[in-house]
Amino acid sequence: MIGIIGGGIIGVATAYELAKLGEEVVVFEKRYFGSGSTFRCASGIRAQFTDEANIKLMKYSIERWKQLSDELGHNIMFQQTGYLFLATSEEEVEAFKNNIKLQNKFGVPTKLITPEEAKEIVPPLNADAFLAGAWNPEDGKASPFHTLYAYKKAGEKLGVKFYEYTKVIDIEEGWRIKTTRGEFKVDIIVNATNAWAKEINAMIGKDVVPIKPFKHQLVKTEPIERGQIEPLVCPPAWNDSYVIQDGEDGGVICGTALEYESSPDDVSPTYEFAKEVLKWAVKIVPALRHVHVIRQWAGHYARTPDNNPAIGELTENFYVAIGFSGHGFMMAPAVAQALAERIVKGRTKVPLDWEWFDPWRFERGELRSSAFQIG
Amino acid sequence: MRIVCRCNDVTVEEIERLIDEGVTDLEELRRLLRIGMGPCQGRTCIPIVISILAKKTGKKPEEIQPPNARFPVRPVKIEALTEGGK
Repeated sequence: MIGIIGGGIIGVATAYELAKLGEEVVVFEKRYFGSGSTFRCASGIRAQFTDEANIKLMKYSIERWKQLSDELGHNIMFQQTGYLFLATSEEEVEAFKNNIKLQNKFGVPTKLITPEEAKEIVPPLNADAFLAGAWNPEDGKASPFHTLYAYKKAGEKLGVKFYEYTKVIDIEEGWRIKTTRGEFKVDIIVNATNAWAKEINAMIGKDVVPIKPFKHQLVKTEPIERGQIEPLVCPPAWNDSYVIQDGEDGGVICGTALEYESSPDDVSPTYEFAKEVLKWAVKIVPALRHVHVIRQWAGHYARTPDNNPAIGELTENFYVAIGFSGHGFMMAPAVAQALAERIVKGRTKVPLDWEWFDPWRFERGELRSSAFQIG
Repeated sequence: MRIVCRCNDVTVEEIERLIDEGVTDLEELRRLLRIGMGPCQGRTCIPIVISILAKKTGKKPEEIQPPNARFPVRPVKIEALTEGGK
């Protein structure tokens, strides 16, 4: 029996992958499934990272994303609408060229495009403000709600037991998980609680992954005509701000890097953020000034010191997949499969660099290059 | 066909089907069907959804917590927030 703590996309997808390999699995979620970071994310999926480990992992993840609707038997609304990064200076254009070279080396087809080409992809773009774009048409987006639901339903069919509103209170050696719904005896534990993970690691005396939760927010507009801003569009020099049309209803989701270190339970939106994010959004797409904002919400980036997640074995029969620093949703299909295969078979064909993501690296004083992060 | 959510065209039948499939949490229903996530922010539909959910699950309506109210209460034009006062 394997016990997974945390009912976000990582926990639920890992439960499904473990059940697929024949394991008995229980999942504990202290609120409702997806309530932590998954249902609050901006829905983007990209292989445009700036280091080998993240590029390879995300290239594989996108291959998995393509199969998921069929495999899980539910439309998760995955669409390869691309990511478009935009440069505002010559130095940035040079940096884009280097990143593109690295991405191409590992099979990601990013290319440098002109502002005119960018405007063909995003018709209302303020193209004059930019010198060039880095464009990967294979990046995309999916519905966080339907993806989590699809993994959960498919897991249930394979016998996974999901317990919501069930908080883990303590863990005893052997393992005995004490919850608000009684005690569960399991052989292996997976901690998938991301922004809440320190608390769980501390229960077994191994608080060695220094995760800090940062509150990030998004605003969303009323639906606009499809095909206007389908890719995620981001000029990194403009405070990592971005705009992207929701794949489901066509409203525009707007993000920026303004963040607050806070408890992961604090999801109150701030007016300061609304003003800041919209200032940048109308610079990227000026016509947005005529559109109405209909909602604003908050979630957390569970950040590690190098913005790379901690994935692997913390101690015998206790694994973690935490600290995703804003990238958990996009990485979930690859990470869940890799972790499940490693637990059950001891090896995996998923190109996940276990050394790079080792949860013990911080204790050893090692840091990876920072994973490329946007608002 | 009986429409409950006029912003996103959600019907009574769709809500009942999901409840029958075991989705009995208002927060999950809302996100899967986008009820209350349109411009009206749920003012029209959420009380109706709560009554359907209560009837189907045998709970009292007051036991079902309504979702958080979110900013902005009514839709606001972006220029009002970026050029306010001009």
